Amino acid sequence: MELLKLFIRAAFVDNMVFTFFFGMCSYLAVSKTVKTAFGLGLAVIFVLVVTVPVNYLLEMYVLKDGALAWMGPEYADIDLSFLSFIMFIAVIASIVQLVEMVVEKFSPSLYGALGIFLPLIAVNCAILGGSLFMQQKNFPTIGHATVYGLGSGFGWFIAIVLLAAIRERLKYANIPAPLRGVGMAFLITGLMGLAFLGFLGFNI
Amino acid sequence: MSEKKEALFSKKNKKLLSDPLNLNNPVTIQVLGICSALAVTVQMDNAIVMSVAVLFVMVMGNLIVSLLRNLIPSKIKIIVQLVIVAALVIIVDQVLKAYVYDVSKSLSVFVGLIITNCIIMGRLEAYALGNKPWGSILDGVGNGLGYGLILVVVAFFKELFGSGKLLGFEIFGNSIEQTGLYSIGYEDNGLMLLPPSSLILVAIYIWIQKKRTPSLIDENAN
Repeated sequence: MELLKLFIRAAFVDNMVFTFFFGMCSYLAVSKTVKTAFGLGLAVIFVLVVTVPVNYLLEMYVLKDGALAWMGPEYADIDLSFLSFIMFIAVIASIVQLVEMVVEKFSPSLYGALGIFLPLIAVNCAILGGSLFMQQKNFPTIGHATVYGLGSGFGWFIAIVLLAAIRERLKYANIPAPLRGVGMAFLITGLMGLAFLGFLGFNI
Repeated sequence: MSEKKEALFSKKNKKLLSDPLNLNNPVTIQVLGICSALAVTVQMDNAIVMSVAVLFVMVMGNLIVSLLRNLIPSKIKIIVQLVIVAALVIIVDQVLKAYVYDVSKSLSVFVGLIITNCIIMGRLEAYALGNKPWGSILDGVGNGLGYGLILVVVAFFKELFGSGKLLGFEIFGNSIEQTGLYSIGYEDNGLMLLPPSSLILVAIYIWIQKKRTPSLIDENAN
């Protein structure tokens, strides 16, 4: 039950795109058609579910203040937390590379769908953001961290598919010329963000 | 800049500096680095600190990558760039924590997210990897300023209309004691403090910018 709450919080209330603007660059660039948006969304969920737990283990057993205590008492007062940025991004970059190779080997059809988006994801702020928020939130178990990764990935997925669906329809709309393209996408995202603010009222 | 260095600012170099401010603005035209641009703009001081941090990482990153451009193997260039940027961001983060702890607290994870700020990666890829150090520095300064410009403009409106203050000074009077504009019934717009308003402000900025320079309009986009 607690995990379900965490999932809903991560997906809707603390939506990556509308509350924190994570991953906006690829969000705006890849949201022109629903099909590509769907592929990128799936890839983001996938990578978040893998990287957040791995970074959680790294944080708990290597980086946190006193986390090295398992190696022996003389390591107990080492604080490596200043290294967390570089470690997280290195983990993310290598996992993305690894995931890309594994998917290519074992599921060519999934690779065909995700292929071009996987390398893009290494520099998607939503992924690093997920890990950094995980670090801030101090989850008790690795299960919480995984569910958090799944939830925030799902929230990102919904956001990009919704925007892509709206932008496909916009072809038939008569928009003022200076606002066409990026301007309109910003405006729509803003309005969708206002709608998503409604989830703040839920008490979960 | 002193007069001795004047020769360094040829026409091409000046363009490197001025283009990102308007015609090729990283946020509104290239659509890069929006993640952090929107999230830190509730208060002016956060926006200014963030722009300075990005400017620093950008200039140093451009310089280092440009110096190393013939040594980096192209297969692992993304990882090399990420490591350089991450090291610079760690420096920025530690400096912020040491000297402006409050701002560092309110920027929270967004300092770390400078690493994945697409402006920095984008400029490293597009410019620093193929150009000489001096040009890369100018490119870094230009794009850093272009990014900062949007941040400060958005933060200006958000803070002014959202809480009636600028940099913490009460412009419209005190809302609790009902002085200044508040005494005649003016009220702060709470919407301005919420995340979606920065998106709408940037949209309006793009609208005005493209209206003034019609060459930027993309007729076929939707």
